[in-house]
Amino acid sequence: METFWFVAIAALWFGYLFLEGFDFGVGMLLRLLGRSERDRRAMLTTIGPVWDGNEVWLIVAAGATFAAFPGWYAGLFSAGYLPMLLLLLALIGRGVALEWRGKVDTDRWRSVWDTVITGGSLVATLCVGLVLSWNVLGLPLDANGNRVGSPFAALRWDTALGALAVTGFALVHGAVFVALKTEGPLRHRARRFALSFLPVGLAPVMLLAVVAQLRSGAEWTWLVVFAVLVAAVCAWVCLEARREGRAFALLGVVLSAAVLALFGALYPNVLPSTVDPAYSLSIADTASSPYTLTVMTWVAGFGAPAVLVYQGWTYWVFRKRVLTS
Amino acid sequence: MEVLDLARWQFGITTVYHFLMVPLTIGLSLLVAGMQTAWVRTGNPRYLAMTKFWGKLLMINFAMGVVTGIVQEFQFGMAWSEYSRFVGDVFGAPLAMEGLVAFFVESTFLGLWMFGWDRLPKRVHLACVWAFSLATVASAYFILAANSWMQHPVGADLVDGRPQLTSIWAVLSNSTVLAAFPHAIFGAFAVAATFLVGIGAWRLWRSRADEGTWRASVRLGAWVGVVAFAGLAISGDLQSKLMFEQQPMKMASAEALCHTEQPAGFSIFAVGDVSEPDCENVKSITVPALLSFLAHGDFDAKVTGVEDLVEQYQEKYGTHYPVDSRLGELSGQPIDYVPNLPVTYWSFRFMIGLGAIGTFAGLAVLWLTRRGRVPTNRWFPRLALASIALPFVANSFGWIFTEMGRQPFVVAPNPSGVDGVWMFTARAVSGLTVGEVLTSLIALTLVYGVLAVVEVVLMRRYVRAGISESGPDSPEKKSDDDNLTFAY
Ligand code: HDD
Ligand code: HEM
Ligand code: HEM
Repeated sequence: METFWFVAIAALWFGYLFLEGFDFGVGMLLRLLGRSERDRRAMLTTIGPVWDGNEVWLIVAAGATFAAFPGWYAGLFSAGYLPMLLLLLALIGRGVALEWRGKVDTDRWRSVWDTVITGGSLVATLCVGLVLSWNVLGLPLDANGNRVGSPFAALRWDTALGALAVTGFALVHGAVFVALKTEGPLRHRARRFALSFLPVGLAPVMLLAVVAQLRSGAEWTWLVVFAVLVAAVCAWVCLEARREGRAFALLGVVLSAAVLALFGALYPNVLPSTVDPAYSLSIADTASSPYTLTVMTWVAGFGAPAVLVYQGWTYWVFRKRVLTS
Repeated sequence: MEVLDLARWQFGITTVYHFLMVPLTIGLSLLVAGMQTAWVRTGNPRYLAMTKFWGKLLMINFAMGVVTGIVQEFQFGMAWSEYSRFVGDVFGAPLAMEGLVAFFVESTFLGLWMFGWDRLPKRVHLACVWAFSLATVASAYFILAANSWMQHPVGADLVDGRPQLTSIWAVLSNSTVLAAFPHAIFGAFAVAATFLVGIGAWRLWRSRADEGTWRASVRLGAWVGVVAFAGLAISGDLQSKLMFEQQPMKMASAEALCHTEQPAGFSIFAVGDVSEPDCENVKSITVPALLSFLAHGDFDAKVTGVEDLVEQYQEKYGTHYPVDSRLGELSGQPIDYVPNLPVTYWSFRFMIGLGAIGTFAGLAVLWLTRRGRVPTNRWFPRLALASIALPFVANSFGWIFTEMGRQPFVVAPNPSGVDGVWMFTARAVSGLTVGEVLTSLIALTLVYGVLAVVEVVLMRRYVRAGISESGPDSPEKKSDDDNLTFAY
């Protein structure tokens, strides 16, 4: 049961990165791909109905971690205090900017909020990546699961890699999503950007998977790391052949393999300590009581399929490409 | 400055702020769903206009509710990690359920509703707004259940010094949440009601355009407001009775009742410093025996005062904090069991008083607009606009009272249930540096301040524009092909 919830939380991370990944990407690319106001509005309309639902994956991931592994939640969130704060500020700015940008009809107003959307998306992906890689590669924790040292003690080159990985992935994913959901010049610009940027964007993902693998992976997880590479190449090929839908799905494969590699390397820990391996928080140390986990399993058993159905239905309702002319 | 104080200020500021958006979202979304239902059933364009106009304001507000809510959820782990470790087994479950059951529905169906006007069949579209608004109510239930557990821990056993969940049903059917939930929902309706009245009255006064729509809004708001206050009084009375049993200290401090009295009077207004320890310098205007009635439903009952309660608490929970470095400068110090009396005393009065004024305003509006009348006095729209603030402030005071009255405990000990499940606030805070918490406190407060200004400016623009020009999505301007028109 504990292991099931560990897997469930990895799955929530995947869901979050897959879904909000593209809307972060669209946000970051807003100025780059959207040359005119109509382009930008089209881009925002592709994510308009869904971004908030995507963000709830993060909320539920945090909530599920709190309920299933309180010590994990407490350790990660308090040790990563400042990046978490930055993430919150970025999400706040981005969220209100998305809702408010169209509410006043002047160029200056829109341009201010466009900047907030772009900046907020960028900062948010960097922070999410940082936190994810801290979680996998470890934080300086003491025996009680509290951080030792200054607020900046945990900044290292390998965690910067995580920040780049999530940002790079989101950029590629967002561009492919725009190519998939729009028509005309915007679609072509997005596709060309995705094609040329894909190797750069996905390289840190690959590297992060390898680093995690070298630190604490098992043998079978090398296979998964390899899958990241294969899926990335296939995605590139599909894009080249103008099959945006397939490319988008293959990016999902890239991501799921990467998440599997990272959480596979993490298991059976939930939050490694870089101070002393004995201080690492493990599934067994932090899991809630069997009763709580049972309750949660029931709730998730009914809730999760329903969520998938109605969120899927939303994408079906808004399946039409957005026209820019 | 200690981390504890900063973290408390931060939590207080951010939750009270979150709870400015929350009641408006809950109340208004249900009313908008009702308006749209009326439109679908009658086909009367007036109801469509109402749905669109109020729906627009709802969306401006909703975005703020969402982003400030995320801060709340993260804050437990960030600033209150010891608390999270201690209560996670029990407290995390309702929080996770809220996300899984309520927030997903809320966010997804709001997106469908906003963007689905010309994509979905009328009835499906109507179902979306209902799904959304009922999910906001569900989310309120789960979070209030979590909060009620902190006021009155049930359904748990103490295992290895930590509460362990034994019955989720006990947590979800906690007597405290059964009383707090209707109270909070009626409070939400009170907010939405004066919002309709205030803005509608101002529009009505300003121009004759769409007069029928504004009249309908104003009268709807006034009725809802009056009913909501009745609901608040009844559910509030239930809460008072529970509180006497579960948190006697909180109720005694709501009254700044020093000595045990029988029968005890309800103080309406006090002159002097209610926090004076000798309790002698306070003159207050009292309704005899009313407090006894509030507490026990009996005008002759005994109500225990703060002084006696302190002795009882010291006996049960000790006179000094344990010596523990994690308690900061409180380590080994005497425990002050009395909450901040001026705050509890006055916030309780303001909650009730401002709510009551709001209701009288509602009654007055019903009278002034009876049988098709439109008030012409120029004070009418101004007072109506100003009264929008009342239930917002009353709600904030309600929470400030509930949360501060629980101090010095973050999980209040439960005289009627599980022994040993309680926690001092001082023990709940994360081991952070002052710099970190100060940074976040300042950053969040500044950002929230800016957002508040923008939100009010935006709402004003929409209100000024009225119905016919309310933005790029007014019903006439839409065609099936141009799907860019709505919302962005
Ligand atoms: C009585 C109701 C109530 C109370 C006490 C709280 N909230 Fe809240 N919250 C809501 C009622 C609500 C809501 C009505 O469901 C909101 C407000 C506006 C909205 O968008 O949904 C919401 C939004 C909201 C969101 C964003 C949901 C989304 O993306 O759709 C989160 C993460 C939280 N809240 C979390 C919290 C936490 C951790 C609280 C405890 C301190 C809290 N809320 C107090
Ligand atoms: C599930 C819901 C809630 C939980 C779990 C919760 C929990 C807490 C916690 C952990 C603290 C910090 C410790 C303390 O100082 O007491 C606190 C303080 C506070 N909360 Fe809540 N709270 C909830 C809802 C709310 C809401 C909705 C509001 C108001 C809008 C609110 C208002 C306050 C205030 C004003 C304080 C500061 C009290 C003080 O500093 O003494 N709370 N609450
Ligand atoms: C006759 C009128 C009222 C009475 C007797 C009353 C009573 C109470 C009591 C006893 C509590 C504390 C519950 C606890 O700490 O366990 C409370 C909390 C609260 N009150 Fe009131 N109240 C009244 C009117 C209002 C009004 C008019 C509003 C707002 C419009 C309001 C909003 C709140 C809120 C938001 C809380 C905190 C959340 C909760 O516990 O539900 N109340 N009220």
